[in-house]
Parts: sequence; structure tokens; C-alpha cells
Amino acid sequence: MCTLSRQRKGSIHELVQMILRERFCHQRLPEKPVGMESQHKHLLELLRRTAVHGESNSVLIVGPRGSGKTMLLNCVLRELLEVKDVNKNVLPVHLNGLLQTDDRIALKEITRQLNLENVVGDKVFGSFAENLAFLLEALKKGDRSSSRPVLFILDEFDLFAHHKNQTLLYNLLDVSQSAQAPVAVIGLTCRLDVLELLEKRVKSRFSHRQIHLLSSLSFIQYLDNVRSQLSLPQDFPDTKFYDEWNDSIKTLCEDQLVVDVLQSHYNSSKDFRSLHLLLMLALSRVSASKPAIKPTDLLEASRVCMVDSKANILHGLSILELCLIIAMKHLNDIYEGEPFNFQMVHNEFKKFLQRKSHSIHNFDKPVVIKAFEHLQQLELIKSMDSSTAKIQKEYQLMKLLLDHSQIMEALQKYPQCPTDVKQWAMSAFG
Amino acid sequence: MVRYFTRLRVRRIYKWGGRPYIFDRKLKSYGFEYLNMSVEGQEAVTTVTPGQYILIEGNDDEYPFVAKLLKLFGDESHKQKKALVQWFLRLSEVPQNKKLLLGRSPHPQEIFYYLGRACDDEINAESILGTVHVQHVPEDTPFPEPGTKDTLYVKLSWDTKAFNVLDPVLMQDTSASTPPKPALPLFTPCASPTATPVSRGPVHHALPTPDPTVMRRAGSVSDTRATMSAGKRSTLEAESIHSASKLSASKILSAKRRGSAADTPGVRKKLQLSIGASPGKKMTRADVLCELLDEEMESEKVVSLKLSSSVSHSLQHGCSLSPMRSGCKTPNGQRRFPWKLTSISLDRLSPTALGEQDFSSDLLLAVIPLALEDEVFEAGLPTDAGSANTPKKRQATPRRNYVRGQKPTTPSRRKESAMAIREPALGVLAEEDSEDSPMQPIALTPRSKRKSAQLVSLRIRKQLNLLDNTQELISDGDDDCFVPSKKELQSSSDEEKTDSEEETVARKTRGRNCKTSVRTPHKTPSKKKELQSSSNEEKTDSEEETDSEEETVVKKTRGRNCKTSVRTPHKTPSKKVTPSTPRCATPCIPSRTVPARQPGNILEEARARLHVSSVPESLPCREQEFQDIYNFVESKVMDGTGGCMYISGVPGTGKTATIHEVIRCLQHASDMDEIPTFRFIEINGMKMTDPHQAYVQILQKLTDQKVTADHAAALLEKRFSNPAPKKETTVLLVDELDLLWTRKQNVMYNLFDWPTRRHARLVVLTIANTMDLPERIMINRVASRLGLTRMSFQPYSFKQLQQIITSRLNKVKAFEEDALQLVSRKVAALSGDARRCLDICRRATEICEHSASHPSSAGLVKMSHVMEALDEMFSSSYITAIRCASLQEQLFLRAVIAEFRRLGLEEATFQQVFVQHRTLSRVEGLQPISLSEGLAVCQRLGACRLLLLEASRLDMLQRVRLNVSQDDVLYALKPVRD
Repeated sequence: MCTLSRQRKGSIHELVQMILRERFCHQRLPEKPVGMESQHKHLLELLRRTAVHGESNSVLIVGPRGSGKTMLLNCVLRELLEVKDVNKNVLPVHLNGLLQTDDRIALKEITRQLNLENVVGDKVFGSFAENLAFLLEALKKGDRSSSRPVLFILDEFDLFAHHKNQTLLYNLLDVSQSAQAPVAVIGLTCRLDVLELLEKRVKSRFSHRQIHLLSSLSFIQYLDNVRSQLSLPQDFPDTKFYDEWNDSIKTLCEDQLVVDVLQSHYNSSKDFRSLHLLLMLALSRVSASKPAIKPTDLLEASRVCMVDSKANILHGLSILELCLIIAMKHLNDIYEGEPFNFQMVHNEFKKFLQRKSHSIHNFDKPVVIKAFEHLQQLELIKSMDSSTAKIQKEYQLMKLLLDHSQIMEALQKYPQCPTDVKQWAMSAFG
Repeated sequence: MVRYFTRLRVRRIYKWGGRPYIFDRKLKSYGFEYLNMSVEGQEAVTTVTPGQYILIEGNDDEYPFVAKLLKLFGDESHKQKKALVQWFLRLSEVPQNKKLLLGRSPHPQEIFYYLGRACDDEINAESILGTVHVQHVPEDTPFPEPGTKDTLYVKLSWDTKAFNVLDPVLMQDTSASTPPKPALPLFTPCASPTATPVSRGPVHHALPTPDPTVMRRAGSVSDTRATMSAGKRSTLEAESIHSASKLSASKILSAKRRGSAADTPGVRKKLQLSIGASPGKKMTRADVLCELLDEEMESEKVVSLKLSSSVSHSLQHGCSLSPMRSGCKTPNGQRRFPWKLTSISLDRLSPTALGEQDFSSDLLLAVIPLALEDEVFEAGLPTDAGSANTPKKRQATPRRNYVRGQKPTTPSRRKESAMAIREPALGVLAEEDSEDSPMQPIALTPRSKRKSAQLVSLRIRKQLNLLDNTQELISDGDDDCFVPSKKELQSSSDEEKTDSEEETVARKTRGRNCKTSVRTPHKTPSKKKELQSSSNEEKTDSEEETDSEEETVVKKTRGRNCKTSVRTPHKTPSKKVTPSTPRCATPCIPSRTVPARQPGNILEEARARLHVSSVPESLPCREQEFQDIYNFVESKVMDGTGGCMYISGVPGTGKTATIHEVIRCLQHASDMDEIPTFRFIEINGMKMTDPHQAYVQILQKLTDQKVTADHAAALLEKRFSNPAPKKETTVLLVDELDLLWTRKQNVMYNLFDWPTRRHARLVVLTIANTMDLPERIMINRVASRLGLTRMSFQPYSFKQLQQIITSRLNKVKAFEEDALQLVSRKVAALSGDARRCLDICRRATEICEHSASHPSSAGLVKMSHVMEALDEMFSSSYITAIRCASLQEQLFLRAVIAEFRRLGLEEATFQQVFVQHRTLSRVEGLQPISLSEGLAVCQRLGACRLLLLEASRLDMLQRVRLNVSQDDVLYALKPVRD
């Protein structure tokens, strides 16, 4: 991408896109983590002590999704590795609860990342028990002052707690509490109740340090954050464009429309990931002909972000399918949310055809069944009983996965919807 | 070593041999000259005589105990056969924690002279498995390079506390002091191991073939010595290596039976040829011996050697002169023996025993390449003078003195030792002949000290020509002859070598820096085959020439083969670096490049001391528990009995630490010789993947073997149920016992059953968290075996916690008194977990450090710091989390509560809650959010576990519950609302 931008001179927008996309999509680490200074300091101190003094530690970083746990950790590690003493001294081991789904895999991964496999040689890596014994022995042989500290980073820490007997956690935490090789066990999780998952003896070995990342970001800070995220860095080559762009961003953030959009976003969620998504969508509209982000771009992006996931599906349904959905809605009203089957829906639909319909012709039953099945495939309706095989299709109990409001909204926007269908939908009872 | 257990089932029969020579009226015991062992169903007999080194059945099939037999005796009834022994230890028998004292990597074949007093040196003679070769290696000499399997080296002594240099006198004394020993004036300590014939009786039939490389190596040993100066000699030798190296002692029998004659005439011919060349050189002495030999044969196998000095009729000698074929070749039918290959066998057979047997089969071959006829005489000399009927055990060693022919005996002794130092004495069984020979221990004393070998061989050769020249040759005849023979050797043995080399290399590459062991047993079978067939060869080979008297020849050739079979080309040592590499290299975290920084100020110092991992000088507050456990274990160790103890207590109350402390103290006591030595083994239920791994770990820690769980269980069962002559008490700590639970509870059952066995000497200490674990999860028969020796560790009280912290800080003044008290009270109220307490204190020091403007200016840890730390660790984060949630999330929580109130249930579907949410947001004046967004909000709350959700595939029908109390939610939301 870099070379590309240099080849095409003047395509300064390519460069802008590149810089900002890196921020939004590639999780480029910020210079300093925002709004978590104390946590940053705490974690850095802790890991530095492990690295420099060989003190074993364990810590949990807890925070909701998108609150910047990994970002914080990566910032700390980056900073830690810049220290000369530490640089060649620590052995980071990254594990992820979603990847290492059991202890056996986790052990192999640890061995691999610690480069201990060469000790095993190309001998087929032994049984689980051997692996465990192997690793424990390795850790046991070390001691505080002479071995390199190992940083175990357990992403999705809570998933490790579901492993059998929590063997891995017990052993890692036990090492951290005994005079063996210095280790730091860093767990990342979004579960606030993670300690309750730990068995009591595992829990006792955990140091109970938790770093909570709960952003108490005010809206003003949020706005600031948006501005800084959109601004170009100072080392941007074209100073003229740099000034222009940053000015335009500044005015953008003061625009009332933009503030409203951001406010609703802020109300919905404070996390960075959803913000990045919004800004990314807005950014993608920037091109050579359209050199800056306009408030409308942001509005449009926000609409895309906020759009109901099922609305579009409803817009694509046929009239027959829409009629069936309306029939289901009426059934829901009548039976107060009790499940229904195809036969009931079909009857309701036939009633409508007989009494009120002007524009819609009768459909053969197989056609209606087909439409019904299509709705099931789209997961707009969901079968309630599990043993589907035994019951005839027509009599399977179903539930509608749509809210009334969604249906009404869809009808409003449905292109060329017949009026009698609309009226039927709005009438209180079929 | 070899494995025994495959055939161990074979019943061995032990019989006294000789007449009882001592009648101790008081003890009503008889001493015996020797002990005959035979395996049921086979007629081969092994004889064990005092002074020999023996293997004694132990717990470990692969590594039986080693000892030197001092005395054999039985009680009046002759029912009990007993033996007095001097123990030797293998490294694996040395307690784990003492192994380091050795300060170097042990030689795989190394044993230690046992000076401790803890082991009874009186054993049941029926636990003797067989004999072994032991060689004393002086301290400053390296081990003979390629360790052969059948020879053990002793260099140091072990007195349960330290390894000491073994005084050679000890080796001497023990053997010399035994009453039944023939008074051999020239018996030297170093020579004794070499000279002790390794009797390979029936037991050895059960032994798998020694590794071929070993055989070859051993072959080279004797080769170096036996090789003559003549070039053709060396070819001969090479050839015989070729065939002999394939000769596997253990396989001979079966090979013979099969009778498959894979004959290689070429080899034989060469042998014959080269041997045939020698007769011309025979000397008068040779004649004497030959005559004697003839006489022997003629006189029904009993050799009575009449020697100029004195004659011992009682002495039966098998003079096995290996190149016997030469005898056949001599035109006049007289056998001549090339002297260099003369092997003398001194047997310990009583004449009567001999008489019953075929001479050839009776023949005890002590293959001593350098033996000259003098030796025979000498051996006969000292003792036997009159007593024809009292057979005396004869050490082959003294003959050495005559190696040098005219030389006086004293210097030779010195030389002996010098020689013995370098080379492993190798006992290789050559052959037994078979079914009908009850015993023929064939002792081979290869000594590869090359120079002396050359020298001697040269001398011998000269002697054959000119007896007078020997002296001269000693001085100058050293260097020339060996090299060519070596080459020959290599080339001829290449063929067999390749295999093993490949093996070795393969293994080397496979386990690059670990797990290489030359003697992987599973590799050998293929080799064995070869050996068998080659032994067949040998057999048929020799049988061709056999007639009645030539059986001896057969034997002798074999004897020679056996001798040669022990040789290895000189190259092998380099190949064999592997034995020194441990079987399994232990993995290790790389060491740091920059040394760890030491604590700089008081707070850091305090923090280091407060870390759970730092081992305190003492364990305060557990004195009573300590004393109880100490007394329990100590009494069991003292009595040599076993027992179980169950220790319970919540985590962090010092259970494991207390036991470790007890063990430390006991080990100290045993070091001080106050109590017998014992072994401590620790397993942890959490540190194994499966309850059955417990067996594997225990066995591995006991004996360093790696086997499967089932096998380990069987081995342990055997170990703990069989009486073993030499056994230390084992103290086994089983941590996290509850994890060893299996459906059948067989692991627990075994763990608690073993200590009740009579001979187990096992003390089991178990730890778990719950007090009623035995009642709760154990079936009756398990709980009953666990017994009622229980102990419960109460959670620490605040005073104890305070004391623990204070003792850890040990006068490092870092905390205010009140702050400590606050921490201890708080922790005592919550859990009484000492770990928690220490962690909080540690955190408080950090907070203190951070709060100070400059790290060095930080003062004492005050109440406020401790409070902050406590808050951090104990406060629930839910309320903060709710306060920090976004507006819509808070709204959703309120909607959930509203819906709960409406329904009167603590559960609602998302759909229902979403309706509430929408109304609420209208009330709040917020733009209602779409359903998808609402779901996203709900999911986020679910991920934090503020809400409990059903699986998300249910979409809007998923049910929602609160994970926090409604009051908490309302409390958390209130300030925000205001």
C-alpha cells in the first residue's frame, strides 16, 4: 500500500486512507492508551518487576468487550520490551482460550513458544501426561534469579477455567506461587465473575490482582477521542493537506448533526470497536474528488451501523411470504405469543383471502408450504419442538422471530405493497 | 543391566555345596563353601562362592541389588539359607536429594560401596540372582570408556551422607575377612573383581543378550591383551572376534538346541590355521600343562595338578586353553596350547561334584588370557595342601603374579591394580554347555590395558621361545604389535558394527540432545538373532571336531570365543559417548542474560519476603501440627513400618508447607544418623492428567523408570508386597487427593493398601481440602484402609496471620502495626488463607510505593494503603461495571427489572424486556433503538455476566436473568440518575 501511494503522486488520499485504516482496522497501537493511565502503570510496574526482579505474579485484566484489554497489554509489552534490561530477558507465551481449547493443546503450544521442543527432538511429542510432566519439570528447574521470566498471556481466560480440573491454571498459578522459574500469568477476560469460575485451590493460588478496564469516559472525552482518531499524525508528509484535513475534522466534530450521531453511538456503547466501525464507514467515502469527511457521511455510516438486521430481509420477501408473516402476527396477537403451526397460518391466510383481499389470488397449498419453508430457512420463524422428524410439516409448532414494530416498519417501506395487505396488517384482529 | 522379569517366574533352586565348615554352636549355623543355584527344569548350575559379587533380587527387575558375598551359612535345619553380604548401591538407590552430592554425572555402570548401617547385611540366600563383575576404579582414573553391561565399577563409597573415595583396602578387607576364603596371600583388591569368575548359571539363561557392541568392546579388551605380536595372530583374533562377538551368552543354549548349523567354514578355517601355526612354539611348560590336561581328561575329569611347590588334589582345575584346536592338529595327537590364549579356570567345585559330572561340562573356565601355567600352580598352592575333600574356593587372581613369570609377586600386584583400573573386568559367559553341565561359571578377566597386554603377550610369546627373555621384553616390547591387530579388528568387525552403529547414530539423531541411550533394549532382538546364529556357527564348528575328549576343545574354543567376544574395536569408544548422556535430558527454561535485580529498598525487600514463594525460616503457628506429623512419620521410619495419614484443611493453611518442613527436619535427622534414611516422594493430583498417572510418577521418582500406568502399577505392587532385603522407608506425599478419585477408586485403594503390607515400609501422607473426604467420596474398603489418623488444619486466626507476616518480614520495618492487624483481621474473617494475606500485603507495599512521590521516599505502609489494597481485592466490580456501562445498557438493566416486577418472575424473554426498554427510552426522551441494537446491548451485558443469557441462536426468544441482585442494580443506577 505504501509503495502504491508513492507511485501515484498526488494521491494523497490513498495515504490518508492507509494511515487511518491502520488505526481502525489493523488495531495499530496508540501512542498512549487513553483513559486507562492508572491501569497501565499498574500493569507495567507488575510486569517490569517480573522481568527485572524475577518476581512471580499473576493478574487478571477484566473489562467488557472492546474496552481495550488487549490494547493495554500490548502497549505495556511494547513498552516493556523497549527497556534494554528486559528486552532479551522475557519469554512471552500467548495463549487464547478460543484456540487452545484444552490443556493438551495449550501445553503443546506453550512448549512450542518456549522453544523447548528442540529438547524433545523430533521424537513424536509424547502423551498429555508426559507433556505436563515435561513442562512442569522445565519450570521447576528454573529459579528466581537465574531463569528467564516467562509471561503467560491467557486471552479469554475464562475459557481456560472450563478445562478439565483446571489443571493448566492450577499449575501455572502454582508455579507463580512457588520458588520456581519466575512467571507472570496474565489473564484477559470480559467476565466479571471470572474468579467464581476458579476452583478454590486454584483461586487460592491466584494473587487476586484484577485490573478492571471499565471506561468511565464522558461524552466530551469521547468526542475528543473521535477527533484524535480522525486526525492525521504530525509526521504527515504534506503539511498543507495535514492542516486542511485536521481543520476539517475539527469543524466536523463541532457540527450538531455529527454530535447527535456520536451521542447516540455513545449512548449505545462506549467501546472503541464500534466507534472504529462507524468511522471506518465514514472514511471509506473519502476520495480525491471528496477530500474530507462530511457530516452526512457520518450520518449515513451511522444509519448503516444501526440498521435493523432483519429489515432488509423483510424487504426482499414476496407478497405471499409477507402475507404469511402478517397472518402469524395476528395469530401471535390472538394467542398471546403461543406457538402456531402451518395449518393455523394457512387458515388465517385463507380467511384474509376470502374476506378482504382484492388483489391477491388464491395460492395452492403446496405453494404456500413452500413459502412457509422459505421463511423457516430465513429464520424468521423457528420451530419450537426439537423432534421435527416425527411431526408432519404442517403441524409443527413454530414461533415468529419478529417484533411487531419490525413488521410494521417493513410494511411501510415495502415497495408497492398492496393496500389491502397493509390494512389487514394494521387491523387489530385478522 | 538386563531385564529379569520376563523369566523371573522360573523357580530357582538353591543348594548348599561343600561341607559345612563352621559349626557355630551358639547360633546353630553352618557356614558353607558355596551355593549352587539352578533353575528348575534346567540342569545348568551356577555356583556362588563368598568373595564373589552377586546380584540380589530387589524391587527393580532391571537393576537388582549388588553386593559382595561374604559368607554363606544356614541354620541347623538347613532350611534357611542365609548370606552375609557387603552392599553396593546404585545411584538410583541413593536418595534423590543426595544424588547431587556426586557432583558429576554418574557412570551408568557405576555403583557405590555402601558404608551405611541402615541396611541389614544378612540376606536370604535364595534372593541371590546370580553373579556380577565388579571392578574397582581408583578415584582419579576415568571410568573405562565403553561401559560394558556386565561389569560394574566402584569408585566411591556412600555412607548415607556423602560420597567418599573408596579406600581400596575396603574392597580387599571385606573379601579377605571372610572365613571361608582361601588364604590367598596375593589376593589384591583390584584383582579380585577381575578375577572373580562371573558365573553364569541358569539365571543367565534368562538374560537377554548383552548389547553386541558391548560384547565386541569386551572382545577388544581381551584382544588387546591377548593379541600376539605375530601378524597372523591378529588376523586370528579378528576372526574370532567376528564370530565370537556374535556369540551371545544367553542364546547359546537355545541356539544349540535348534542346532541350525549356519556354518561359516571360512572363519573356522582361519582360526584353525592360525592356531595351528602356534604349536611349534610350545614350550616345556606347555607340555606340562598339556600333559596335565590330558591326564585330567583321562582321569575322569578331575584334574589334579601336581606342582612342584605343592600339590593340591582337591583343587580341580579346568584349564581351558582356548585354542584347543591346535591340539587336534598336532600330528602326534598331543594337544598343545599356545600359551597366550591359555585360560585357566579355577573351579570351586568340590571334587565330588566334579566327579559326578562330565569333565567338560564341569569345567570352570576362568578365561584369563594371560594366565600361564604358573598361575594354575599358584592357585593351587596356597590352600589345598592337604585337604582333598575340602574344596576351597580359589580366586583366579593370584595367578596374576605369575604373569610375569619369573618376576616376584609383589610388583605384579601393583601392576595388577594399575591394569584393573583402566579396564572393565568383564564377565562374559561363554558357554555353557548345555544341559548337562550344572555349572560352569566362566570367568573372564579381560584387561585391556593395552601396554601391559602387549607386553605380556609379547613376553608370553618370547617365553614360548626363550623363557629367559621375558624381562627384557617387558621393558621394550611395548608399542609395535598392537596397531595392526587393531586395524584388523576393526575391519573384521565392521560388519557387525554397522548395525549397532546405525542404531547408535539413529538414536543419537533421534533424540538429539536427550534420550539417547546406547542400550535401548528393544533394539537388541534383531541383534540377538544374529548372535544366536553365530553361536550356532560356533557350536557346529566346534562340534565337528568333537569326540569324547574334544569336548574340552569345544569348550575351550568357546572359552576363547567368549573371551574374544568381549572385545570391541577401538573405535567404538567414540561412538559410545552416548551412555553418558542421560536417558532423558531435562528441559530447562533458558537462563536470563541480565541477572535479576536484587531488591533495592525496604519496600522491595518486604515484597520479596512476603512473596508466597519465599521459603520462610520457620513455619510459625503450625507447631502442634508439625509435631504430630513429625512424630507420626518419624516413628514409622524408625520402626520400618508403614501407615497412612489424612490431612485436611482449606487452601492456604499451610498443609503442604508443614509437611515439607517435617520432611526437611527428618532428612536432617537422618543425615545426622538419628534415624534411618528414607526416601521422600511427592505427587500432586493436580499435576497429573489422569489418576492412574500417579503410579507412573511414583515409580519414576522411585526408580527413574518410565513405563505405562498399568505396568507401573504392577511394578509398584510387586515392590511393596515383596520382602526386599534392602529397603528404605518411603514417605509418599499425595497432594490433592480428591483428584485421584476414579470410579473404582483403585488408585486410592492401592495407595492406602500398600502401607498395610508387611514389607512395604511405606508411609503415605495425603492432603485434601475437605475434612470428610474419606466419608464422602471413598467407598468403605478404601476409607477403612486410610484409617483414622487424621489431622485438620484450621484456617488461620488473625493473630496467627499477623504472626506469619511478622515472622516473614523478620524485622524489616515496612508496615505499620495497625495496618498489619487490619489485613489479618480482614483475611481471617473471610477465609483464613495465608496466601491471600501475603498477597494483600504485597499489593499494599506497591500502592504505598506508587503513592509516594519518589520510590525511595516511600515510608511505611499505612492503613490507607492497606485499605486500598483490600478494596481492590475484595470489592465486587459489578457495581462499578454497571456505573460505567453505556446509557442504553443501563436502560436495558432497568427494563429487565421492570419486566421482572411486571411478571413477578426473575426471568423474562428478551422480547418482553425489549418492549419495556422501548417504553423506558421513550420516557427518557431517547431515540428508541432497533431490535438488533437491543440484542447487541443485551449480549454485551451477557458477556460481562451482568446478565445471564440463553444461547443466542434463540434470538429474541432467549431468556434473560440478572446475575446481580436487583437492589445492587438499582443502587448502582441511582446516582447516575440523579
